[in-house]
Amino acid sequence: MAGAFWCIVEDDRQGNPKKVMAEVLGEATRLAGQTGSQVEAVWLTDKATPDGTKLLGELGAKRIWLLENATFAPYRGEVWAPVIADLSGKESPQAILAPVTSRQRELMARLAARLGAGLSADSTALAIEDGKLVATRPVYAGKLLAKVAWSKSPWLATLRPNVFRPAEPQAGASAQVERPTVSIPAEAMKLVERREEAATGLPELAEAEIVVSGGRGLKGPENFVILEELAKVVGAAVGASRAAVDAGWRPHRFQIGQTGRTISPKLYMGFGISGAIQHLAGMRTSKVICAVNKDPEAPIFKIADYGIVGDLFEVAPLLTAEFKRLLEK
Amino acid sequence: MKILVMIKQVPDTATQVKVGSDPRTIDTAGVTWIVSPYDEFAIEEALRIKEKRGQGEVVAVSLGPDRVKEALRSCLAMGADRAIHLLDPVWDAADTLATARALAAVIKEQAPALALFGRQAIDDDMGSVAAQVAELLAWPCASWIMEEAVDEAGKAIRVGRQVEGGLEVFDLPLPAVVSAQKGLNEPRYPTLKGIMGAKKKEIKDVKAADLGISAEAPGLSVVKLEALPPRPPGRIIPGEPAVAVKELVRALREDAKAI
Repeated sequence: MAGAFWCIVEDDRQGNPKKVMAEVLGEATRLAGQTGSQVEAVWLTDKATPDGTKLLGELGAKRIWLLENATFAPYRGEVWAPVIADLSGKESPQAILAPVTSRQRELMARLAARLGAGLSADSTALAIEDGKLVATRPVYAGKLLAKVAWSKSPWLATLRPNVFRPAEPQAGASAQVERPTVSIPAEAMKLVERREEAATGLPELAEAEIVVSGGRGLKGPENFVILEELAKVVGAAVGASRAAVDAGWRPHRFQIGQTGRTISPKLYMGFGISGAIQHLAGMRTSKVICAVNKDPEAPIFKIADYGIVGDLFEVAPLLTAEFKRLLEK
Repeated sequence: MKILVMIKQVPDTATQVKVGSDPRTIDTAGVTWIVSPYDEFAIEEALRIKEKRGQGEVVAVSLGPDRVKEALRSCLAMGADRAIHLLDPVWDAADTLATARALAAVIKEQAPALALFGRQAIDDDMGSVAAQVAELLAWPCASWIMEEAVDEAGKAIRVGRQVEGGLEVFDLPLPAVVSAQKGLNEPRYPTLKGIMGAKKKEIKDVKAADLGISAEAPGLSVVKLEALPPRPPGRIIPGEPAVAVKELVRALREDAKAI
């Protein structure tokens, strides 16, 4: 039997795998079926919960390599990478997959260096061709797609959230939990503090299924409340264009685009955003794009599935009211 | 304190990018080249550390063909003291790991206290090289930093790294690798004096053999580049706002099933 497809678990730091793991495990299951491999989860955490291991089993993991130790929180590359590399040396997985998150993108790069393996970062499609993995990933601000291939296994790839079809949890499916003995390197980095962002009550930008985004057309920071009201009604995250961020209207962490976040929600709604290339780079893999702009020539209309040429100050509150009316039914 | 800043020359965001006659690469004819924006944050931060301490050296390093000299020259114009150009056909097909190996070798030789990178280059958007260099050197690494402070003795750096939902502040012993996220600073524009002065500063060419590196097969290769599949034509919904909004919501729910 070929080596396993490993999925590195991203959790909420409370012992529960994040929603994006359904996508990683779903894709791993689809691919592993074609190479005759088994899907396994690798979970480094200070504390796993029984619900967490149960969920990983229901999402398709046949085995969980559970590495539970206080040193694993917070994430530090110099601690995590050698531990996973050692385990990989013993178990020889065929592929190692992880979602794109702040820690996984760094961890997977370190791991690739340690294993001397190739890494396809921020992949948006994976396939098995002639028994080998190939990945597709956007390059040059999303203007082109690169198809990439590995010279040897393990194949390392990070997966863009919201792009891959999530696994449906199978009630009763369970994973065998292994707790291997590993030697854990001493940490070099010391955590001083963690500063939490003020809770918005809205989903995280990278994971949100719906994103409402505002640009220069909002005319000022005070007007983002119009989008926040819409976001609350439809359960969306609120993003911003570079113009709005550079004007100081929103903190940088809300910026969507080449020098901000890359998102792939089911639905993206842009208000007063012209659609500069650098913004499109961050949202063009959204499934459905909808734009509201006064300027009928705005480039965003070229990639939008639906558009309204109009005044966002009129259109956005009407949208909020209409969604509210329908969703309350 | 010596600081190495690794930069990459990339096509300008606004430039048109086409697949070349070799479908694995782009057609570089007519492309405007710039220093990758995140790398400018890295250069700026290095200059600020040096200015704050009143001494030190900032060295810009880049791997790539001849044209990369221009990008290094821009860094010198911003205020970097000298530059190192990794220039060798051996690196023509370098993947991120081969690039990281070359950069790690230079960093080892130069022995700086700090190796600064941009969080990712905006051409291939891999965002992997900084962490790989850290791994190869066995140095601690903090990615996507929004703030930093080097301690007075130059022995440690305190950084705030951006993570989901907040900022994690860490102390790293030096030497260390850090990568810059937007928000770290506002990069300066080169002054006329800086531009003139840059012409006299040293850009040293380094070949693979100088670093004891020989050709290696890449672990990851581009099979081909493709233009994006066209999106199906969109629909502008006409009518008075109240009417258009009703139709938009209906279409999003019933046709697109997006909500």
